[in-house]
Amino acid sequence: MIGLDYSSTGEWLRGTGPDSDVVISTRVRLARNVAGFNFTNRAEVADRRQIVGLAREHAASLGGRDDLLWIDVASLDSLESTLLVERHLISKQLARGDQPRAAVVSRDESVSIMVNEEDHFRIQVIRSGRQAADAWRQVSAFDDELGGRLPFAFHKRFGYLTACPTNVGTGMRLSVMLHLPALMLTKEIERVRRAAQDMQLAIRGFYGEGSEALGDIFQISNQTTLGKSEEQLLQEFDEGVMPQVVEYERRARQVLLERRASLLDDRVHRALGVLRSARLLKLDEALRLLSHLRLGVLLGRIEGVEPRTIDRLLVLVQPAHLQKTLGEVLHQAERTEARATLIREQLR
Amino acid sequence: MNGHPCDRCGEEATIHEYTPSKGKVLSETHLCEECAQELGLEGKVVKGAQELLGQILLAKTGRRKTPASPACPSCTLTWSEFREHSLLGCPECYNAFEKQLGPLLERLHEGGTHHVGKAPANQSVDVTQRLVHLRRELAQALTAEQYERAARIRDELLNLGAADVPPAPGADAASEGSSK
Repeated sequence: MIGLDYSSTGEWLRGTGPDSDVVISTRVRLARNVAGFNFTNRAEVADRRQIVGLAREHAASLGGRDDLLWIDVASLDSLESTLLVERHLISKQLARGDQPRAAVVSRDESVSIMVNEEDHFRIQVIRSGRQAADAWRQVSAFDDELGGRLPFAFHKRFGYLTACPTNVGTGMRLSVMLHLPALMLTKEIERVRRAAQDMQLAIRGFYGEGSEALGDIFQISNQTTLGKSEEQLLQEFDEGVMPQVVEYERRARQVLLERRASLLDDRVHRALGVLRSARLLKLDEALRLLSHLRLGVLLGRIEGVEPRTIDRLLVLVQPAHLQKTLGEVLHQAERTEARATLIREQLR
Repeated sequence: MNGHPCDRCGEEATIHEYTPSKGKVLSETHLCEECAQELGLEGKVVKGAQELLGQILLAKTGRRKTPASPACPSCTLTWSEFREHSLLGCPECYNAFEKQLGPLLERLHEGGTHHVGKAPANQSVDVTQRLVHLRRELAQALTAEQYERAARIRDELLNLGAADVPPAPGADAASEGSSK
């Protein structure tokens, strides 16, 4: 077994970071490839195996850390790999491959290195709240160390070379996970979309690429990786878009409190009522209600529920986690029941 | 709820998959998160750079035939294979297709043409190119009265040993400049 505690969540989901009322987490990842090998999509099995071997030798002990877990993703069953996806430690793409691939994950889940995803290495650091500079410092240190041991593919003009040209240059993707329930309730979310688009940033839903925002949780990330330094990007994020978005959401929350308190109270108490009483809950509905509950708790409209409990539930109500907790394979109908039961117990 | 219903259970769909071909939508799938997970599907609605890349590559296919270029000498990938999958085959592809990639990267990366940023310890970016790029950036920043940005670029130029870097007049008045 992998050695992670599935009944709890990673450090980054504990709501301890700055501005964590709005910014759930900040993630920085770097895409790197080893020179002399084809990119993963065009690599022979033997080459992929060799990359996994290099990772095991050099990446599994980065920073002299002894809390890094080596995970042979190819040997996991689908429940185990889905658990890692639900905890945002590996991507769906890595989970579903059928070739030699691996991951290195720190026990507190703040560090994860995917091996043989689209690129040979995807090194990422996740922090609670708004901590981009901090996450960058750590991921950059890992990069320096790994780059000192392995020759990374690098081009004088194009920088770090990646399989997809959308990542070439710095290979850096900075993404923040935001909880924006008030902007959704007041239907002002368009402002955030516009602000993000103006700054060439992508905005997506909770599960990253490919879904709408479940539970009012959005992810904003940079698109540009060429022609802009890492520091410049961090600064644009930290001084440009982040304060703006945090301010929009806080102002919308204030407006709800001051002018639309009955709407607010209706939503948050309705959410609590359903979550405490429902016998069947689908994932979409559970996330939507948990979002409203989180808003109510943060604004002091509901007492006796900890924000941390809600953040934990955001992970634990997902399908693989429910199955893991109950120790059995559940079909969708059984999951909706198991989900409702878990939430009732947690919110009692 | 006014979204599209899930094809499978009728709940509101949050995952929409469109299969395009030659600019037309061939098929549509709408699923809620749960059904999508049951079926092992994930959404294909990719936004941002990936989507833009797809659009650019698709548009080029449709409009005119680009002259066939030789395959990458290292991994044998051809440009048309790249256009199909949006993925390059090996680091050498960046040299083999430099001519085609240049303008494509510029569109994908807000006009960025050269890497600016960290480099592996044993390698370096092309300093001349970087200086050219930074000087252009500096001029733009000054025109736009972005004095903080200009000051940073200026520092970077000086760090690279550039001579005759234009002074950054508004550097001290950064706060006034940026509130404009």
